[in-house]
Amino acid sequence: MDKQNELRLRRIANSIRRGIVDEVHAAGCGHPGGSLSIADILAYLYFEKMNIDPKNPKMPGRDRFVLSKGHTAPGLYATLAERGFFPKEDLVTLRKTNSYLQGHPDMKSVPGVDMSTGSLGLGISAACGMALSGKVSGDGYRVYTIIGDGESEEGQVWEAAMFAAHYKLDNLCAVLDLNGLQIDGPITEVMNPTPHDEKFLAFGWNVITVPAHDFAALEEAFSAAEKTKGKPTLIIAVSVKGKGVSYMENSCEWHGKAPGDELYSVAVADLAEIDRQIDREEAEVNG
Amino acid sequence: MADKKATREAYGAALAELGEKYDFLVLDADLAAATKTGMFKKKFPERFFDCGIAEGNMMSVAAGIATTGKLVFASTFAMFAAGRAFEQVRNSIGYPHLNVKIGATHAGITVGEDGATHQCNEDIALMRTIPGMTVICPADANEAYRAVEAAILTEGPMYLRFGRYAVPDVTSDLPGYRFEIGKGVTLREGKDVTIVATGYPVHLALAAADILAGEGISAEVINIHTVKPLDTELIAASAKKTGAVVTAEEHSVIGGLGGAVCEALAAFCPVPVLRVGVQDMFGRSGKVPELLEIYGITAENIADNARAAIKLKK
Repeated sequence: MDKQNELRLRRIANSIRRGIVDEVHAAGCGHPGGSLSIADILAYLYFEKMNIDPKNPKMPGRDRFVLSKGHTAPGLYATLAERGFFPKEDLVTLRKTNSYLQGHPDMKSVPGVDMSTGSLGLGISAACGMALSGKVSGDGYRVYTIIGDGESEEGQVWEAAMFAAHYKLDNLCAVLDLNGLQIDGPITEVMNPTPHDEKFLAFGWNVITVPAHDFAALEEAFSAAEKTKGKPTLIIAVSVKGKGVSYMENSCEWHGKAPGDELYSVAVADLAEIDRQIDREEAEVNG
Repeated sequence: MADKKATREAYGAALAELGEKYDFLVLDADLAAATKTGMFKKKFPERFFDCGIAEGNMMSVAAGIATTGKLVFASTFAMFAAGRAFEQVRNSIGYPHLNVKIGATHAGITVGEDGATHQCNEDIALMRTIPGMTVICPADANEAYRAVEAAILTEGPMYLRFGRYAVPDVTSDLPGYRFEIGKGVTLREGKDVTIVATGYPVHLALAAADILAGEGISAEVINIHTVKPLDTELIAASAKKTGAVVTAEEHSVIGGLGGAVCEALAAFCPVPVLRVGVQDMFGRSGKVPELLEIYGITAENIADNARAAIKLKK
């Protein structure tokens, strides 16, 4: 990936992070930690990888995306708004009565949401259904889903893992957001679901482990997933929960809590500094 | 009355025959031989997918398929479709109002020997609480077949309840009979009491009406194949005419047809309603006729309740 493109994606991801912070601050609740950890993955998928059309959200041959860890809806909404599926101004209506931006993704009300999710473990199965349907009709679309590392404690994730491998769903690519934290603490302490790589390999998947905040690595992984035939791919994205907002990073506390005005200003300043860093690198590239 | 046939047989036959005319997929959870989706599998192996013993996954997979515009049936026993996979049915299928048809067989205590763990007497209650879910419970094989075709032609999530045990035909020779989702069928007109039944006990309701006729009591018999949306208009009109109602189902009297009829009549035509069905208890192993006797799902008990309901009239 060339530097220009990487900087473009980093800038988009930062704007998504800004959207996430704006959303949960306005809502007074919501899930910033796991939204921030997947911002780069969402930026890569929606601004580089997926065949989608914001003007035609239900385009028949489009690639599909299922946010299996549906509580990180702020991340998905900020991405969809950034991509032009709906106005960015609407983000601050998140979770409010009469807003279409429900606490968890609702495919019936939000343009660009391919599946309603929120109850953990269900989304990856739905993604399997989409992928199977694509195989049956010979449609060339690909299906992407993001699952949480805590979510992988749900038995249904493994039912889906079995299903996807059994039906050789190589048009399915799941991303596991390995930020290592869940509500009650580190995943290894609450109910250790690791090692994910060995488990998914044993289930018959192609497994790739990458750093989650590195666009070049993401590009390589998603490209390798697409080239893999006969089996689904799991990309284990090793991430930082709360990435980008200093006091939220690696903190369970910010799994499902909104910042007040003061901490909101800190978050905004943190993200502004990231933008300035991107500016500096861009200036260097442009000589 | 024609030969006895289980509604699950009609379900399998309908899928296999209608599969020629309509484009749909069928999922099962390692019970194709029992749910009778195996008949479809044999004919259309490329449109059948076994999900193994993983019903929750199957329901969400069905939902994912439906988002791509394909019609899909998902089948397993009622216990696992409505019971184990309730949350997947609610959140993956019901909430997004997806076009998934759930073909649930082996419902109620007519499962027989397998006993309480497999006798789902709660599925109607569970399924009808899901907003937008249509709940259908056919009275016989003929009606079951027609219900499957109606399901194919009607958009939206639907729960179809089928039985393991053979049931006599009550609808094939009915003059002017046609299956319409949400429309009850008056099988017999009467003026003293209304018997509202769904599924297996519909033929018992007719037998009860015969018993009552011998005593000079005129019973109206209504077949409610669609428990949701309930044909409130038909039931309330009949209740207004007769002034007393008995419900009959092979399901818990809590939350099933009996519950639904009470809810409707409380609002639109309050009259005494007595409910025949499985009381607040689990099933058990045994031969079906013996179990029906034990749980009071018999023509005699329906007739007894009809007499009692008449006595309760003001």
